[in-house]
Amino acid sequence: MEFREQQAIYLQIAEYACEQILLKSWPPGTKILSIRDLAVLMEVNPNTVQRAYDFLQQREIIVNKRGVGYFAAEGATERVVAFRKEQFIETELPVFFRNMYLLNMSVEDIKGRYDQFINQNFKETQS
Amino acid sequence: MIEIENLSFGYSRKKLLYKNLNLSLKSGGVYGLLGKNGAGKSTLLKNMAGTLFPVNGSITINGRHPYKRQPSFLETIYYIAEDVYVPPLTIKKYQNLFAPFYPKFNIDSFYQYLRELEVDADSKLNRLSFGQQKKFVIAFALACNTDVILMDEPTNGLDIPSKSQFRKLIASVMNEDRLIMISTHQVRDLENMIDNIIIVDSGNLLLHASVGNITDKLCFKTVTEIPESARVLYKERTLQGNAVVMENTLGEDSKLNLEFLFNGIVENPEMAKQIFSTTQTLSA
Repeated sequence: MEFREQQAIYLQIAEYACEQILLKSWPPGTKILSIRDLAVLMEVNPNTVQRAYDFLQQREIIVNKRGVGYFAAEGATERVVAFRKEQFIETELPVFFRNMYLLNMSVEDIKGRYDQFINQNFKETQS
Repeated sequence: MIEIENLSFGYSRKKLLYKNLNLSLKSGGVYGLLGKNGAGKSTLLKNMAGTLFPVNGSITINGRHPYKRQPSFLETIYYIAEDVYVPPLTIKKYQNLFAPFYPKFNIDSFYQYLRELEVDADSKLNRLSFGQQKKFVIAFALACNTDVILMDEPTNGLDIPSKSQFRKLIASVMNEDRLIMISTHQVRDLENMIDNIIIVDSGNLLLHASVGNITDKLCFKTVTEIPESARVLYKERTLQGNAVVMENTLGEDSKLNLEFLFNGIVENPEMAKQIFSTTQTLSA
């Protein structure tokens, strides 16, 4: 995996895990990769994966069953969505807003384009 | 567990490289030893391995003194020098000859590591290229299952896919009882493998901290304007703006950049010391 420059690695690994859950590769209730296996896959220190898993456990996205391993929590999908929303508001929106301001674009400009984008890309799923 | 107390070492008694060095390393960590050429990285590793002896002070590794070179100590440590030496033997003969010195040697792991690093197990060692020899030594060292592994520039001479395989191997063999210490200039190769960083310069210890500790105290980011209020350890102009390493006053969670950290610490050792000591008392 290519890591981005700015964000802490453990958060990027947590994000990877969240994505696996949203993509249904790690469905709720199933066993997920062990710390070591994910560390090998990502080529990072196992302690970093441990930190990412601790982080996800705190948010009840994954659970640790002692002696068995880590599982995607029941209701993981909803919690991932909530967590990603929080992250989007904290990290991506400020950049987006800054660009809107710099390029002198109004909320109305954006709204029109947003509706058009949804129409083109997500029409079926919305109706 | 490695304890270095008041270590002094010099290649001549009149000119000491290390003076009263103190350092304590715990098992379960991958330590990155960084320093400029001639800073004393290899010297420190050799003192730990028992190939050089301290002039004063002591090194204790899991309760034993390396300079005594007791077999019961030597079977618990593996030191990979930067320039590896291999005798004119086949891999099989080498293993028959040297593996018995290491009671925890695992033959299955050995051949598995060789496969993963793409070294032909039927080779004669002196016929291999430098990179292949180095990979053979790495595979052998890891298969010895020693408590301590010291590696001097292990990724030098490795091709691009081998570097990735090397990282995977380190991630897979790391456990709570092991201590891995890697000296390197190729910071990018190992940036995400290292969880503790030691920076030495002219025999002085400039930094010894965990990655978590470093990102608590320092913030790595790119800014359009350098803030005047915070202490800036290092700055570099990039295409996106100014890449800075500054005091982490806002508790931001950023990604460590080893290259910038190293430059900052070596250029501003005094400021680094202040940042690390003041914030330490705040959080304690």
